[in-house]
Amino acid sequence: MDSSFSARSEVLRSIRSALGERMEAESIAVQYEELPRGYKRAGALSQEDRLQLFLRRLEEYGAGVKRIARDGIREEIGGKLAARGCGRLVIPYDLPAAWLPLGFEFTPYGGEDKLSPLLGATELDGMDGVLTGCTVAVAETGSIVLQSGPRQGSRVLTLAPDYHLCVVFAEQVVETVPESFAVLNSTSCLPTTFFSGPSATADIEMTRIKGVHGPRFLDVLVVE
Amino acid sequence: MKPAASSHWSNRDFPVAARELLEDSQIRGNVRHATNVIQAKRDAVTGELPDWQQLRDAGEAIRAHSLAHLDFYLEQFARACTQAGGQVHWARDAAEANQIILGLIQRHSVTEVLKIKTMTSEEVGLNPYLEANGIRAHETDLAELIIQLGKDKPSHFVVPALHKNRMQVREIFQREMHLPELGERPEDLAAAARSYLREKFFRLKVAVSGANFLIAENGAVCIVESEGNGRMCLTLPDVLISLVGIEKVLPRFRDLEVFLQTLPRSATGERMNPYNSIWTGVRQGDGPKEFHVVLLDNRRSPILGDAESRQTLQCIRCAACLNACPVYHQTGGHAYESVYAGPIGAILTPQLHSMEEGRSLPYASSLCGACYEVCPVKINIPEVLIHLRGKIVEEDQKTLRGQLGIWNLGMAAAAMLFASASRLSMAQRLGQIAQKIFVNRDGMIEHLPFPLSGWTQTRDLKPLPKQSFRQWWAERTSPDAASLGDSDRAGQAAGRGGSDGQ
Ligand code: SF4
Repeated sequence: MDSSFSARSEVLRSIRSALGERMEAESIAVQYEELPRGYKRAGALSQEDRLQLFLRRLEEYGAGVKRIARDGIREEIGGKLAARGCGRLVIPYDLPAAWLPLGFEFTPYGGEDKLSPLLGATELDGMDGVLTGCTVAVAETGSIVLQSGPRQGSRVLTLAPDYHLCVVFAEQVVETVPESFAVLNSTSCLPTTFFSGPSATADIEMTRIKGVHGPRFLDVLVVE
Repeated sequence: MKPAASSHWSNRDFPVAARELLEDSQIRGNVRHATNVIQAKRDAVTGELPDWQQLRDAGEAIRAHSLAHLDFYLEQFARACTQAGGQVHWARDAAEANQIILGLIQRHSVTEVLKIKTMTSEEVGLNPYLEANGIRAHETDLAELIIQLGKDKPSHFVVPALHKNRMQVREIFQREMHLPELGERPEDLAAAARSYLREKFFRLKVAVSGANFLIAENGAVCIVESEGNGRMCLTLPDVLISLVGIEKVLPRFRDLEVFLQTLPRSATGERMNPYNSIWTGVRQGDGPKEFHVVLLDNRRSPILGDAESRQTLQCIRCAACLNACPVYHQTGGHAYESVYAGPIGAILTPQLHSMEEGRSLPYASSLCGACYEVCPVKINIPEVLIHLRGKIVEEDQKTLRGQLGIWNLGMAAAAMLFASASRLSMAQRLGQIAQKIFVNRDGMIEHLPFPLSGWTQTRDLKPLPKQSFRQWWAERTSPDAASLGDSDRAGQAAGRGGSDGQ
């Protein structure tokens, strides 16, 4: 498109004329590397303290949390779902079958093989909840990060249902935000969602109210 | 070339608009409550980080570096975004941005679109433009919904409806959503918004958003939000259009590790906001099938040419400077009569209009410096204010009115003072002595000589504290300082809330 091409060159020309003399890409890269980064990168807490901090933050946001043993995943998932009264759940197609307790209906979503039924957003909205894993979690801010990777599925999956049960492995929990970026950096082109507690708003008189458009209920199982 | 739409609503001067709003005690009460709450939370969660100052330093350096090489990083972003399946458009001004967006929407033959809160769309006047062309834009952020249904204007750019209390919100929802029985608890109001919007999220095919950050190295876009309305708009529709100012680009993905710490803590006083979304172009089977970025200049590029005010474009729109500003506390956002309110608005608005509009805004400040202290990217707003005042005076000197103006002298002196911290503290000490002339028997200042008389017309002024903030700070940080929990004293010493005896 001609007008869009001229808009592009005009904007760039205007920027260049305002900035004056331009630098080569290599010199810009050198300058970038020299930017001050005196903030805390690596955490200093022990694994135990880190997990406790993570759980405390999640509780402050109003999420349900529980530490569980590696051989108890299936049982604990069953317990949570029963306590929440959730019978019909959607899961990413590659969730390990060993996680799934009997007595609940699990509908797989996604996958290349097209074996799983294609649920629309409205059908997802009609499910009782969603069960996933995660990519990494941040103790300091009580955040869990999902990418469209293994055990996480596409973004709509964890958005439309009203309840999210998330399984986090202890070794996935880092202390600081920069540590989480070190993990995410190699897959930075995947759709990435940080979530910190259930959806919330403070738009009315600055009161934090849980639950607007995202899942209103969140439980997290931390596997050690 | 004048932009078709204006981010400045009227040509009334700040003092005129402010006087009107000062009379509305309901608005003042709501604004004061909200800003006090956010500010206290912000202070707590920034204070707990031992590396907060280092994060500010890094944030400032990264933003300044991005601006110094803006052409390079924008081109890199555009290439990467296109490679990932996105389509990049460039808009010289507001009119061009509006036309591009309208064209994209019309291509899909829809008459309704979803909107995520974006100040940039307010700046270009997108909603009224679409409305005039037969397209209804539904705001999905709770506060924006309150504003839209109440036919109001935003007054704050993180909490746009903070001037409304729950009773006022209930009235609007009862009327506009036809819910006569609606309760007044915030939970009831949020639930009403949820069911009102849910049907629209699942039905509408096109969404328009802004963005908090663009990432040059991989073409990613980042949106920071609370409610999940953003995620709905970014995930469910077939077509997503993001309107973004050219200044919002960051070099690398990992730079977010700084801003995803400083932005939430500064904006809402949370360690992390409920949702951050980062995505790159389009991805099959996940999110929109079509993704457009509209890069907006609208007189940003000339600001880069002014070495002293370029830092204005470092802003990440956290609004911490609004919450910290004693003038904003008193007047709220509407007095600025522009999309960008508060201290940052006072420097950004006139520059976005090539200093032709909003010329009274750089004077809407007491230069107390609170905005600079809280700014997560260390924009020295007082310095830019003085610089812009200087520019206005310079231009005015060419006219007779200006030649007679006392600002000519006053501002030149002020610029000199702010250029040096030691001169500033000396002047404060002189001020503490000189003001004795104006302090009345109750210890308040009722009248100040022009040009400061504008300030005392609407309020009694507390005299300068016997101790300035700098003096107090110096004492506080010395080993034998008194207890730190004395917030009242801190507030007074910092010169905050000057008139209402808080
Ligand atoms: S100027 Fe600084 S404090 Fe104000 S909104 Fe921008 S980033 Fe935040």
